[in-house]
Amino acid sequence: MSALIEGREGVWEYAIGLEVHAQVASAAKLFSGAPTAFGAEPNTQVSLVDAAMPGMLPVINRVCVEQAVRTGLGFGGAIARHSVFDRKNYFYPDLPQGYQISQYSDPIVVGGTVEIPGRTVRITRLHLEQDAGKSVHDRDPDRTLIDLNRAGVALMEIVSEPDLRSPEEAAEFLTRLRALLRWLGTCDGNMQEGSLRCDANVSVRRPGAELGTRTEIKNLNSIRFLREAIEYEGRRQVEVIEAGGEIEQETRLFDPDRGETRPMRTKEDAHDYRYFPDPDLLPLELDEAFIEAIRAAMPELPEARRDRFVEKLGLSDYDAALLTAERARADYFEAAARGRDVKQAANWVAGELLGRLNREGLEIEAAPIPAAGLGELVDLIADGTLSGRMGREVFEAMWETGKSAGAIVEERGLKQISDTGALEGLVDELLAREADKAAEYRAGRTKLLGFFVGQVMKATGGKANPKLVNALLRARLEE
Amino acid sequence: MRRLGLADIRAGLADGAFSAVELAEDRLAALEGAEALNAVVSPMPDRALEAARAADRRRAAGEPALPLDGMPVAVKDLFCTEDVRTTASSAMLEDFVPPYESTVTANLIAAGAVLAAKTNLDEFAMGSSTATSHFGPAVNPWKATGDARPRAPGGSSGGSAALVAASVVPAALGTDTGGSIRQPAAFCGIVGLKPTYGRCSRWGIVAFASSLDQAGPLTRSVRDAAILLGAMAGHDPKDSTSARQPVPDFEAALGGGVRGLRIGVPREYRVDGMPEELDALWRRGAAWLEEAGAEIVDIPLPHTHYALPAYYIVAPAEASSNLARYDGVRYGLRTPAGTVEEQYARTRRAGFGAEVRRRVLIGTYVLSAGYYDAYYTKAQRVRRLIARDFEQAFERVDAVLTPTAPTAAFPLGEKMDDPIAMYLNDVFTVPASLAGLPAVSVPAGLDAEGLPLGLQLIGRPFDEETVLRAAAALEEAAGFDAEPEFVR
Repeated sequence: MSALIEGREGVWEYAIGLEVHAQVASAAKLFSGAPTAFGAEPNTQVSLVDAAMPGMLPVINRVCVEQAVRTGLGFGGAIARHSVFDRKNYFYPDLPQGYQISQYSDPIVVGGTVEIPGRTVRITRLHLEQDAGKSVHDRDPDRTLIDLNRAGVALMEIVSEPDLRSPEEAAEFLTRLRALLRWLGTCDGNMQEGSLRCDANVSVRRPGAELGTRTEIKNLNSIRFLREAIEYEGRRQVEVIEAGGEIEQETRLFDPDRGETRPMRTKEDAHDYRYFPDPDLLPLELDEAFIEAIRAAMPELPEARRDRFVEKLGLSDYDAALLTAERARADYFEAAARGRDVKQAANWVAGELLGRLNREGLEIEAAPIPAAGLGELVDLIADGTLSGRMGREVFEAMWETGKSAGAIVEERGLKQISDTGALEGLVDELLAREADKAAEYRAGRTKLLGFFVGQVMKATGGKANPKLVNALLRARLEE
Repeated sequence: MRRLGLADIRAGLADGAFSAVELAEDRLAALEGAEALNAVVSPMPDRALEAARAADRRRAAGEPALPLDGMPVAVKDLFCTEDVRTTASSAMLEDFVPPYESTVTANLIAAGAVLAAKTNLDEFAMGSSTATSHFGPAVNPWKATGDARPRAPGGSSGGSAALVAASVVPAALGTDTGGSIRQPAAFCGIVGLKPTYGRCSRWGIVAFASSLDQAGPLTRSVRDAAILLGAMAGHDPKDSTSARQPVPDFEAALGGGVRGLRIGVPREYRVDGMPEELDALWRRGAAWLEEAGAEIVDIPLPHTHYALPAYYIVAPAEASSNLARYDGVRYGLRTPAGTVEEQYARTRRAGFGAEVRRRVLIGTYVLSAGYYDAYYTKAQRVRRLIARDFEQAFERVDAVLTPTAPTAAFPLGEKMDDPIAMYLNDVFTVPASLAGLPAVSVPAGLDAEGLPLGLQLIGRPFDEETVLRAAAALEEAAGFDAEPEFVR
């Protein structure tokens, strides 16, 4: 999936690293007990600590630490037994303390990898830090208002090495990482609400050459924008270099309306964040038992589950990958498949259900058909009550009405006719009526079988068991 | 009732010699009469009388007395007090009224104390004279013989020290970052104890330097310091640096005497220019303890000389960050301007005095890129070496005896234009602060001018009991019973 940029003077290669800011799934903030729910009225989720009142002190939220450790274990990182919270000092109206508590030199997770097709992407580190509040510029014509609801919310900053070689790879990496976070339940991955944001470090170079000077594109809040921003930025850098210019190391913003990146307002004075260890917090010391307890309670990870689906359940690689792209999908599938034909269940989840969800733009959590209900439908097909075609009709009805498969079969009288005696009568009647065609069949035009089957199905309003009809027709025509 | 200490009040209330309300009214009147000391930022008469009435009600109902039942205590205006203005003696917080109560003052309230007034301090606790206060300098109740000039009470807990020394209140709360309890105690002829770092919660105390700040008592006797500390101390889940240590009965430790204790005398504290009479007092203090049965041991604390410069890097560094929250956005002073950057600049220029600005600048400088390692990292290394000096010393001795301050109280206004001279006040107190150790100043005598001098005892971490035992022995031997000019 790597892609080269065609310049006027030959090809160029991308080197992309991402910095992902993932809001930790936690009811309370990183250093205060204030709630973190999205969409609350401004300044209603702010504790004295979040507002940086005099004399207030941070106390680490254990849940956030557990989530960071869980995430680190999820991508195979090393969990630091000793990590340190530092203060990153700068003035900003939505930064109440005048510093952000973050981890600078000693992060909680070091290393790890995320697999994308054709490449193993190295994770540099994961650290915990506080989010800032929000400056609101459009409520009042003369003043900027401050909403501190987000101030102090826990973020995991996950940094990758510059291993990505195309906008598509960057998008794939973020998709996989987001899925992993959701899989682990450590971040809800909601990019619209800002639970997941991303900065992209982009540079270009001649294939195989040393890394070029990078620019940082800030605050990309959708995977599409990430791809578009990198695409644009790579081409821009090639144009600058080929025109004899130099890339300036700077931060840029992506304008989705115009599809281009622009330098952020240049600050006259470069920031000196004056990092130093936060004296209000002791270093974070994690013991083996704490880490092992989290490791022991880890869910089966996506790759392991995918392999199991292929090896133990006999699914195709394609279906297994599709069904393990999200943990909720895999859970749904396994619930629907429990105690019945696994491949049929996989077909229905991967085909009908995911297709419909996709068309409606829904996540599987929002499917109106519960897993057990879909399982019942699979059973009704397996025991011959429904044909495959009838099954699809019942599926549609289940989706629309929320009723069970059994109830719909009952209501609509959809039971498949598998009574040999009744069907034999119909077959005999048909062959008598179409004696010419029967003769043609017997003379070798066996293609006519389809015609006969269709006629029986028509006569039964589609309820005849197609397999049985086939068998009966063959028997009569070839006797 | 003027000379009553906490232990006396406990006995008097138990005997019915007076009521808590009588005592509170008497002390509130004394506070009004002590205006010349400029020691009070905000009196709290309503709060005090309500607490005194509650104490009397408890006693009338036959309930067992609380540890500080009915005892008037003044509070340095650095502790946040719910619905009572808390200023840190700064223009920045001149009108700031917190909606919360600091853990230490809440502990005192729960122990039945009668919190009577918020006391003057150096702005944001930065100073050794209480002269950097936005509300003007507090005044030491002591004067030199034949010298009418008002003297500095020391600082930064100068208002608290002055009120206790003038017998306006029996006890007061201070905070100590580099000597801010012990030096004013020495200047005012009273007892001042800085507990082990982590012994008392910092929650709700306006922060100066987080890794050094510690609350402690200022009293007229060692026993009263033990009583007050017992009510202040304890683990607080709201302060991550607060220690999970049981709180012993400090008062019970006092009777122990010093027989068999080994007291270290560090040769490095004998600094150039130290007044001979201070050196003599120090030797006398050692002799008193020896006579009481202690063994005096000469010990090295080799890195002492580096303590003061290290302190004046670490403390301003933390302060520069701790004071960043005073930006005029959410509370406190705001000086509006066209841009937010300009608003920050104007607000902080108007809200902070010269000494605070100086320390914020020093702190910002030592943390900045390119200087961090040369200053901050090195200072932290020095800090570890100083802590190690003490650890090694405490393998040989149980406590360390030193002078508290290099001079007696200086006249108001002196040293104000010479920050280095002012910083030298902390030379003996800063090492224990950097090492986080408990240390107490005990009044040990008067100098030739009739001004009090203090001796300091430093102990092992969380061994306030030994420090208090030795302090009680020193107190008894010194027999310090002089009263300041103000009350004569």
